[in-house]
Amino acid sequence: MSADVLVPFDEVLEKFDPALGLEVHVELNTASKMFCGCPTEFGAEPNTQVCPTCLGLPGAMPVVNRTAVESAIRIGLALNCEIAEWCRFARKNYFYPDMPKNFQTSQYDEPIAFNGFMDVEVDGETFRVEIERAHMEEDTGKSLHVGGATGRIHGADYSLVDYNRAGIPLIEIVTRPIVGAGERAPAIAKAYVAQLRDLIVALGVSDARMDQGSIRADVNLSLSPKGSGTLGTRTETKNVNSLRSVERAVRYEMSRHAAVLDEGRSILQETRHWHEDTGITTSGREKSDAEDYRYFPEPDLVPVAPSREWVDELRGTLPENPTQKRARLQAAWGFSDLEMRDTVGAGALGLVEDTIAAGAAPQAARKWWLSDMARRANEAGVELTALAVTPLDVARVQALVDEGKLNDKLARQVFDGLLAGEGTPDEIVAARGLAIVSDDGALGTAVDNAIAANPDVAAKIRDGKVAAAGALIGAVMKEMRGQADAGRVRELILEKLA
Amino acid sequence: MPADTPGSSTSPSDRVEITREEVAHLANLARIDLDDAELDHLAPQLSVILESVASISGVASDDVPPTSHALPMTNVFREDVVRPCLTAEQALSGAPAQEQQRFAVPRILGDEQ
Amino acid sequence: MSGLTRRTAAELADALAAGETTSVEITRAHLDRIAEVDGPAGSGAEGVHAFLHVDAEGALAQAAAADERRAAGTPASALDGVPIAVKDVLATQGLPTTCGSKILEGWIPPYDATVVARLRQAGLPILGKTNMDEFAMGSSTEHSAYGPTRNPWDLDRIPGGSGGGSAAAVAAFEAPLAIGTDTGGSIRQPGAVTGTVGVKPTYGGVSRYGLVALANSLDQAGPVTRTVLDSALLHEVIGGHDPLDSTSIDQPLPSLVDAARRGASGDLSGVRVGVVTELGGEGYQPGVLARFRESVDLMVKAGAEVVEVSCPSFVHALAAYYLILPAEASSNLAKFDAMRYGLRVLPEGVENPSAEEVMRATRDAGFGDEVKRRIILGTYALSSGYYDAYYGQAQKVRTLISRDFAAAFEQADVLVSPTAPTTAFRLGEKLDDPMAMYLNDLATIPANLAGVPGISVPSGLADEDGLPAGVQILAPALADDRLYRVGAALEAALLEQWGGPLLDKAPALEGAAR
Repeated sequence: MSADVLVPFDEVLEKFDPALGLEVHVELNTASKMFCGCPTEFGAEPNTQVCPTCLGLPGAMPVVNRTAVESAIRIGLALNCEIAEWCRFARKNYFYPDMPKNFQTSQYDEPIAFNGFMDVEVDGETFRVEIERAHMEEDTGKSLHVGGATGRIHGADYSLVDYNRAGIPLIEIVTRPIVGAGERAPAIAKAYVAQLRDLIVALGVSDARMDQGSIRADVNLSLSPKGSGTLGTRTETKNVNSLRSVERAVRYEMSRHAAVLDEGRSILQETRHWHEDTGITTSGREKSDAEDYRYFPEPDLVPVAPSREWVDELRGTLPENPTQKRARLQAAWGFSDLEMRDTVGAGALGLVEDTIAAGAAPQAARKWWLSDMARRANEAGVELTALAVTPLDVARVQALVDEGKLNDKLARQVFDGLLAGEGTPDEIVAARGLAIVSDDGALGTAVDNAIAANPDVAAKIRDGKVAAAGALIGAVMKEMRGQADAGRVRELILEKLA
Repeated sequence: MPADTPGSSTSPSDRVEITREEVAHLANLARIDLDDAELDHLAPQLSVILESVASISGVASDDVPPTSHALPMTNVFREDVVRPCLTAEQALSGAPAQEQQRFAVPRILGDEQ
Repeated sequence: MSGLTRRTAAELADALAAGETTSVEITRAHLDRIAEVDGPAGSGAEGVHAFLHVDAEGALAQAAAADERRAAGTPASALDGVPIAVKDVLATQGLPTTCGSKILEGWIPPYDATVVARLRQAGLPILGKTNMDEFAMGSSTEHSAYGPTRNPWDLDRIPGGSGGGSAAAVAAFEAPLAIGTDTGGSIRQPGAVTGTVGVKPTYGGVSRYGLVALANSLDQAGPVTRTVLDSALLHEVIGGHDPLDSTSIDQPLPSLVDAARRGASGDLSGVRVGVVTELGGEGYQPGVLARFRESVDLMVKAGAEVVEVSCPSFVHALAAYYLILPAEASSNLAKFDAMRYGLRVLPEGVENPSAEEVMRATRDAGFGDEVKRRIILGTYALSSGYYDAYYGQAQKVRTLISRDFAAAFEQADVLVSPTAPTTAFRLGEKLDDPMAMYLNDLATIPANLAGVPGISVPSGLADEDGLPAGVQILAPALADDRLYRVGAALEAALLEQWGGPLLDKAPALEGAAR
């Protein structure tokens, strides 16, 4: 596969305006499926959570899950959408082995929610993303591809299909084209998905974990000549499985489109596949011979006409909106605007909130998640939420620091142990022998040793050059293998050399 | 009228005909492998049928709403409660091929949807 | 007890209740009759060939269980122990369900349709599955992939379709009752050409869960019997709300058996009967029309008032139907793709074929011509650029048809017409001309488009060929009881005129199976 030619990002922006579109699918956490009573729990044996309806057996019929409709309405309301007074399901007809009926029961020109918006915060500025629609649909079965090199579809000899996930309720949320983002397009895309995810979680309608596929983002991008006001040909990129990927994929496609357009060629309207490991997109199915889905209203279902009373009742169940919530938390925690922005931008808001709820001070919680944990997540190439360190863990470690049993350096070793799966923070402290030695006797001996080993430094301190104590503190810490409180060591040094 | 003319509607005066090529295209969309003999055979029959049913355009004026259901009903729901499923054996009972309790299907071309 | 197969279901039920016979006896008598006249199942050989599958063992076991219940004094229903045949378009757990197609050859559903579950709950032993046009597309049962069914009145003629098997089984005394399905007349038209009674309930009146869909917005399952009372009894067993069918009516049925009994008294005073101008004129066989007019005269004699009503949009019903049905069917039949059940055919001369190639080869091999025609037509009607002109327009014409019915029902309590334009034609006669075949449904289609209920009641034999014709009675949606009242009254008057059931005049079939 030949590598794509890319235009550097800044150059892209000199010549082109990007237009962005995001399609996000959310898996609802209902107990049963969208159109039948099969269970939705993860991890079941293949084909043990199917019935005639979700298996697409001849003669079977769908019945709509009330709770899924409620969740759809609540998502729509939270996105400031109008809720349809009357809408229908429609069949989207296409053939694929993971589709039990070879049509997906979805919504077409009559979505349950439409014309909304979400205000997204990026670097302290608010950008309004317009929501075109949110609609209900069902998920497909899942295939394993056998015989190919990497278990992927290309080169596979055959596939094995499990229909357990067929019929799981999905809500698809589609933005209007996002224009005028310019250089912030990648950041806005990422922020939108992050904040949408937070919103969904706050509503309690889904786990919304990108790494588990309970929230999925497809990124659409097109470029048009700067200032032209038209929209270019767009590509859709799938397999964008993390917030990081969202940003990187937008950036990549912008560069790739620019290179193609620069050469005077046109963009092929197609679906592309993001590869997080190599940081590129590759060509997928061509969309130019666009499949004609032959939509028509689903004749086995009757229209959904939510009464205004029902909608108002559901409106009353919405949690405070994220902007209000962030303002409230920022005030409660005493964070500066920059600190709050960084926390939200890192996707750490929920984690910090939970850590504080578990007893840690706000600044400590922020410090750990945004520096140490963020670094570790970055290195491992995963989302913060996917780390094996939980808010409870962080709170416990901070508590140990507060009690004087650990210092920051030791705390980091505890985190190492947590990521390695060595047990709870307390277990790790015990097993690795990490606790700070608070016994002045032992400390005093180490201080004496350091003084004896560094007579000239000791002399300076006796003379009043207190700053020189740093070198002795270092020596003591080395002898104590870091398991000492630097403040106490300094006190002891100054006492002894007074 | 060419099949790829978007958004247009026929009027009663248009001669309605389905060409062999259009039948082939439609058969493709419907995933049916028609051989030449079938294509030759079906196209004229379909044209005749289409001719008869094309009379429908223009019958109903714009202000007539469509009926998708004879009896108007709305809001038929089920509660979000788990009901018994099929066993895997029952689910797979009709499978032309199976492996590891999954439906074995021939190799799928193209990308994940 | 002799002549068990000649008795009506109501008579059999009475005999069971009185202890004069057993369900095992009755069931065995019918199984014997099937063996005698039906011909080897699935072979298409001489013989009625109403059945695609006969479940002798299962039916007898169910019959034995019914007898136990009767003996214990706890019958499951009024019809407990009366055997029945089921059109092969309904899912029957453990029994093959082919829908008359090769693509489902050997498929054994792991579940029961709700209608079937209700039959089982009511204790009716299921004799087997009856033949039909493939996926219910047809008016003659000639499009069955397993060979045609033959009309018991003349084995060289069609029994109607798509439910020719159910109607023929009942007409040939192979079963006292059968279940059919009606999308454009597939219960009523076979009823007319075989001299039996067939009912299409109000849309939504009987559950469609487990009924393999042809046109979801038009399909209904209903009774196929020899008398109006039998249909009422069966309708009450299978009808009613089903939470598994979102389109089923959530209201109790009116009392149909009472209506039938009341009608049998022969008094139709106060009933306004509307004769529909557009249904019965050019294109209708003279003998069919003659029997129709006589039936209307009999209704008048019974006290009814007759009015002429015009439903101008009915002339467009056929066109609307042959756009809506193929469109919905093309989508419904997409599930038959060789992946999860049914036929799998590998394309010839292709090494390591893809899933797509296998789908295409299977669907080409597994679907018959009529099914392919309708799938292509339906795909066309739904395709972008054509939706508004075809499917969209057809749905509007539906509205016009519903409005015409509404207006007509202001002037009349029931509407009547001949059920079908002709008597049974010969096998093969209309196979090469799809449009000619479609015209058989002229009178029956409007009711499906509007969702109103209809019954076909035998009106007598046409003079020119001595073959049965039927009268169709239509009522407003939810007023199925009117069908039974008026149908029973007409039936009683005709019975008197004939001196006995019409089917007594049918040729004897003993030894027909060769």
